[in-house]
Amino acid sequence: MRHGKYPFVIGFLAAPVTIYVVFVIAPYAQAFYMALTNWRGLSPGQFIGLENFTRLFQDDVFWKALQHHGILLLALPLITIIIALFLAFMLNVGGGSQKGVMTGVWGSKFYRVVFFLPQVLAVAILGVLFQAIYRPDGSGMINSLVAKLGLEPIGFLINPDLALWSIIAVLVWQAVGFYVVLFSAGMSNIPKDIYEAAMLDGATRMSMFFRVTLPLLWDTLQVAWVYLGIAAFDAFAIVQTLSVDQGGPDGSTTVIGMEIYRNAFTYSKYGYASAMGVALFFLTITFAALSLRVSRRESVEM
Amino acid sequence: MSDNDLTRRTVLRRTAAAGLMATPAMGFLSACVTGGGEDEPANQAEGEKNAENPLGVDGNAPLEVVIFNGGYGEKYATDVHEPLYKAKFPNAQIKHSATQEIATTLQPRFAGGTPPDFVNNSGTKFMDFGTLIQDGQLQDLTELFAAPSVDDPAKKVSDTLVAGTVESGTYNGKPFVLNYVFTVYGLWYSEKLFKDKGWTVPTTWADFTKLLDTIKAAGITPYAYAGKNAPYYQYLVILSSAAKIGGPDILKNIDNLADGAWTAPAVKTAAAQWAEIGAKYMDKADEGLIHTEVQLKQNQGKVAFYPSGSWLEAEQSASTPEGFNYAVMPVPAADGATLPTGLYATAGEPYFVSAKGANPRGGMEYMRQMLSTKGAKGFIELNKSLTAVAGAEEGIQLSPGLTSASAVLKAAGAGVFSYRFDSWYKELDTELRTATNALMFGRENADQFCARMQKKADAIKADSSITKFSR
Repeated sequence: MRHGKYPFVIGFLAAPVTIYVVFVIAPYAQAFYMALTNWRGLSPGQFIGLENFTRLFQDDVFWKALQHHGILLLALPLITIIIALFLAFMLNVGGGSQKGVMTGVWGSKFYRVVFFLPQVLAVAILGVLFQAIYRPDGSGMINSLVAKLGLEPIGFLINPDLALWSIIAVLVWQAVGFYVVLFSAGMSNIPKDIYEAAMLDGATRMSMFFRVTLPLLWDTLQVAWVYLGIAAFDAFAIVQTLSVDQGGPDGSTTVIGMEIYRNAFTYSKYGYASAMGVALFFLTITFAALSLRVSRRESVEM
Repeated sequence: MSDNDLTRRTVLRRTAAAGLMATPAMGFLSACVTGGGEDEPANQAEGEKNAENPLGVDGNAPLEVVIFNGGYGEKYATDVHEPLYKAKFPNAQIKHSATQEIATTLQPRFAGGTPPDFVNNSGTKFMDFGTLIQDGQLQDLTELFAAPSVDDPAKKVSDTLVAGTVESGTYNGKPFVLNYVFTVYGLWYSEKLFKDKGWTVPTTWADFTKLLDTIKAAGITPYAYAGKNAPYYQYLVILSSAAKIGGPDILKNIDNLADGAWTAPAVKTAAAQWAEIGAKYMDKADEGLIHTEVQLKQNQGKVAFYPSGSWLEAEQSASTPEGFNYAVMPVPAADGATLPTGLYATAGEPYFVSAKGANPRGGMEYMRQMLSTKGAKGFIELNKSLTAVAGAEEGIQLSPGLTSASAVLKAAGAGVFSYRFDSWYKELDTELRTATNALMFGRENADQFCARMQKKADAIKADSSITKFSR
């Protein structure tokens, strides 16, 4: 250690760490404290211990929202990763071998841009876009086609059995592009000669995918899984803009974020809303830790 | 390294410490969560009371006015009400601002103890009144309503208002809120369409359903409301029906969370009747549309009846075709109704004065000026809406919709009713919105609707953390 290294390092770190502590950690800490009070947004609330949490665990709406996160947690990462893997594989090595080099399908450069587009749209714009796509009468984009076929319009967001899946579809549509790019980057790190060797051995695209690509992409997949899992605990903005009656019909699309919003800004129950936030925080942390733990395996030495 | 050695590190550390003291996050921490909120109002401005200045305003004290910039805009404040105040107190500085998000903008100021004097607490993001009152943030307006009115000092301010205005802003016996705009609710239709088709406006339930059949046969959606964001337009209709069947006490019991208020036969009958309308005469798709989308459909002649309040005409002015002529009818009465001509009408659009502001007397005087004939006439001309000031609309050329609203209001006489639970208990409002969509779009029947609402009302009644109100 050269003399003066530490002051230098700490000096440079002080500002960002301070900003982080003040604007991220401190509000979090306050939320933890607020969750233990009955604060209504004006005068200081009273300390009520864990009362908000006992209330929370008896709250049907909270459990309903939790159930929806369960569905999201299974469906969102799984569907997104499968589609993204397929597309990335097609873009990178799906075209077969040309002059001994693996290439993507024809026009893959163009597709890459198209797939990534949803990623750059703001969520609010997505909401407006899909309102027009899902609109339940003849003016809706999908339903005008359905009407041309002479069928009854589909109530994407107004049928309680269909609404959550319609919202999941939007989330998948938005997420896929990013993971295509992520997996493409992962695939381009895989040495081409492995593929060529496999080709010479007569491997089909399928077996190449499962025996070469997937094992060598494992770390990237793990990251994708955790990210998408965390995203599955959110979905607030899309639910807020698309769902009937904010989380309906009949609570069939509500998520914890929606209920936090409602409790804080409609009911002025800031303490209770904070308790929900704290619960959500622990859910997310637990999920991330578990996933990383479960999916850990030996990384392949290249 | 000694402490007085000014190195990069210590500079940064000091800057960070200074920053720490100045960030909103920290101020917030000390102001709201861990106490330090002051119950002592700041030094409040006060002047001498006399006949000219009955509320004792300090003519030199500044006044801060915050207006919700929504359907009524802000011009009525900047061009009518503020000049009236300024004319009376030329030395007073008026600080005007307008926002579309009242709660987002003002909540921190109320929490921090520096609220504006006069607030138009409205829009989708308004601050919860129950919470504000519980916290002692709102000025008791008793003195204002007892003060002599601007136009006729022999009359108290309260005597110049439409009956029920003071009550509509009264919480547990004290008037805290001034509801300024008088709104008539009913089923809106196009007079032109009805004339062209030769349809007569129904008054009985049988005539109503017969007409809906005729409209359906003509290829027009007979009845529509917007399920996505405005089911409360429809629950108002269901409860109006219930009040017409069982009398206004039905609504009073609901407001007071009385046992069995929701399972009363009148509520059940009304719910069943409207469920049938939903099943037979509505387009399922409307559950997924917002109010402006459905209102546009009505302007395009695709929808006959639409439930709403008298702001509808002004709201739709941009998309209403020439000669559409909005008209309103009361919710039709079921056979044997106790209030056949009853009508849902009430003062709305809430304004309050901050009890902990710097100039509450100025705020009340501002209200007194709003309630003068000049103030009310200016508002009516700008916003094509009736105000809570009795007879202020006389001599003003009213639009077709407003003329129609005045007419049904006259016809209703004393049979005017309203409810308050939707602003008292937001949880009940949320549940009722959900239940109304379920009822109208055929997922639940009248019995389930009533049972579900009763359950929620009972839960709220039993919840000690919710402030209760009664009337």
